[in-house]
Amino acid sequence: MAGAGGGGCPAGANDLQWCFSQVKGAIDEDVAEADIISTVEFNYSGDLLATGDKGGRVVIFQREQENKSRPHSRGEYNVYSTFQSHEPEFDYLKSLEIEEKINKIRWLPQQNAAQFLLSTNDKTIKLWKISERDKRAEGYNLKDEDGRLRDPFRITALRVPILKPMDLMVEASPRRIFANAHTYHINSISVNSDHETYLSADDLRINLWHLEITDRSFNIVDMKPANMEELTEVITAAEFHPHQCNVFVHSSSKGTTRLCDMRSSALCDTHSKFFEEPEDPSSRSFFSEIISSISDVKFSHSGRYMMTRDYLSVKVWDLNMESRPVETHQVHEYLRSKLCSLYENDCIFDKFECCWSGSDSAIMTGSYNNFFRMFDRNTRRDVTLEASRENSKPRASLKPRKVCTGAKRKRDEISVDSLDFSKKILHTAWHPAGNVIAVAATNNLYIFQDKVN
Amino acid sequence: MLSKGLKRKREEEEEEKEALAVDAWWLDPSHPAVAQAPPAVASSSLFDLSVLKLHHSLRQSEPDLRHLVLVVNTLRRIQASMVPTASLPPVPSVPAAPGMADNLLASSDAALSASMASLLEDLSHIEGLSQAPQPLADEGPPGRPTGGAPPGLGALDLLGPATGCLLDDGLEGLFEDIDTSMYDSELWAPASEGLKPGPEDGPVKEQAPELDEAELDYLMDVLVGTQALERPPGPGR
Repeated sequence: MAGAGGGGCPAGANDLQWCFSQVKGAIDEDVAEADIISTVEFNYSGDLLATGDKGGRVVIFQREQENKSRPHSRGEYNVYSTFQSHEPEFDYLKSLEIEEKINKIRWLPQQNAAQFLLSTNDKTIKLWKISERDKRAEGYNLKDEDGRLRDPFRITALRVPILKPMDLMVEASPRRIFANAHTYHINSISVNSDHETYLSADDLRINLWHLEITDRSFNIVDMKPANMEELTEVITAAEFHPHQCNVFVHSSSKGTTRLCDMRSSALCDTHSKFFEEPEDPSSRSFFSEIISSISDVKFSHSGRYMMTRDYLSVKVWDLNMESRPVETHQVHEYLRSKLCSLYENDCIFDKFECCWSGSDSAIMTGSYNNFFRMFDRNTRRDVTLEASRENSKPRASLKPRKVCTGAKRKRDEISVDSLDFSKKILHTAWHPAGNVIAVAATNNLYIFQDKVN
Repeated sequence: MLSKGLKRKREEEEEEKEALAVDAWWLDPSHPAVAQAPPAVASSSLFDLSVLKLHHSLRQSEPDLRHLVLVVNTLRRIQASMVPTASLPPVPSVPAAPGMADNLLASSDAALSASMASLLEDLSHIEGLSQAPQPLADEGPPGRPTGGAPPGLGALDLLGPATGCLLDDGLEGLFEDIDTSMYDSELWAPASEGLKPGPEDGPVKEQAPELDEAELDYLMDVLVGTQALERPPGPGR
């Protein structure tokens, strides 16, 4: 199978050896719908890892500091905070239930002791403050230790309250609620490099918000046609440029990506750049449009490239060249002959995300059967790995997996027809600085680390 | 995955041969597939499948817009490829079909065909193809069910075979259901958040509602099945 052979090569100086580190989540075969992880995101330092699930909960893990007495726990992520971000709501006007599923989490850069993140469901975005409390004050004048108010006339002397240590408490509180700005389902949020504004995108519109202001937002992209009968294209993802605060991109269901500059006009319905690869006439099918639909778009950390994920491939684009991508990586080309079946069972509509490594030298995306794929852009090698309980011995190296398409199946290979399409890796994240990756497999979160670490 | 042994009704034997040939191609995993030899004409099963998906999508209280748009666009492609074969006799209005599902699907196809006017003008000629098989068995991976379970289509029983159209004016009808011009209007202020109105700044596309309340209620009633389709669609649609 094209693209899965990289793992067999001898390890070079730059080769990474991925090892199992941890898995979070229940082991039960019976998975509760609410526990299905719907988003994964590292913060800017990589010390915190947030997950959101279909039940509207956010769980944040924190990386343990180096500890000489427990060397093996170095770099382990443990639960730091858990809170209910969104609750199911009922829209009385349309008689519709609004799902509490967390579609996206995005961290804000840290500016003080507290951490902030944005989490969103289909309709409402919330800004959460996560703060630590490890001290409490004792010795108040006006109240007793147990909180009862003292009679002011009985107080004969004044004392200064002193701070005493207490067990660490992590509190999450909603600081802003940004609601009622989206008619359609929110699919993306992205914090701007100015750290003051962010965008939110739904199927047809993109809004710009100021983090301090909740009662209004600016609509910057509107793809809703005057007559809904003319609707042929929706917005699938959007992201701000990592350095240029006036630039953002948004991708569409037709496989196109538009780069917009907010300096050029208030409403960015017209794009500055238009990225589309012309269709290969030899591979044209009834499903061409569906498989070209972009499910995720991510800028590289450098800001020079961007990556788009469609159903079968990941493409890297140079922002200076709109006509075609500079790299195309096949994720699971063996599925091309199965498109009809995948259309039938709706798997063809699955939305896979993708991510860059911290140095932009590698990219990662998920597939079926709990497989995920990594592409090294420098060595041009790729590997298929699996997130499964069976391969989860502590610090065990992950063995590369291979899918075979022909009749002759080698040992350790898996045939296309044996793939489990219910086990999909839609969400993955890469530590911004080091080689740690987080992979969401249904209700489990797998963390893998590089052995060299 | 389609079951090979499934019996289908065909008006013409040629249809059957063509359909079977295409089905066999689908089921053959080693076939170089779509990539290299795309069929000039889609199988009617693919068409039916797409119509089913469209139906299923529209019946959601809040359709997934991306899914809907992709299915509609795919249906357009399929329809475009089927046009040259529009030389078949029209379907009898109510086929003496074994099983509820066929009836429902046939009648619902008829209604949908007519309703997607811009797409399906020619399809009245080839409705004879639309005797869809029983709900597709989910033999393969447990993906989302492909819609078409007979109980789910119970409400559509009321859409008689040729009694006029639920949604007459092409795609406008399809999306009217989710038209949100009323939702967009400034008069709306949800109880839950109690925020100031006018969430969107900048140019706002104001639209008069395309359906008045009475028509919307009527449509909803028909969909829910409490009212049979009686009157022709109103003016201006």
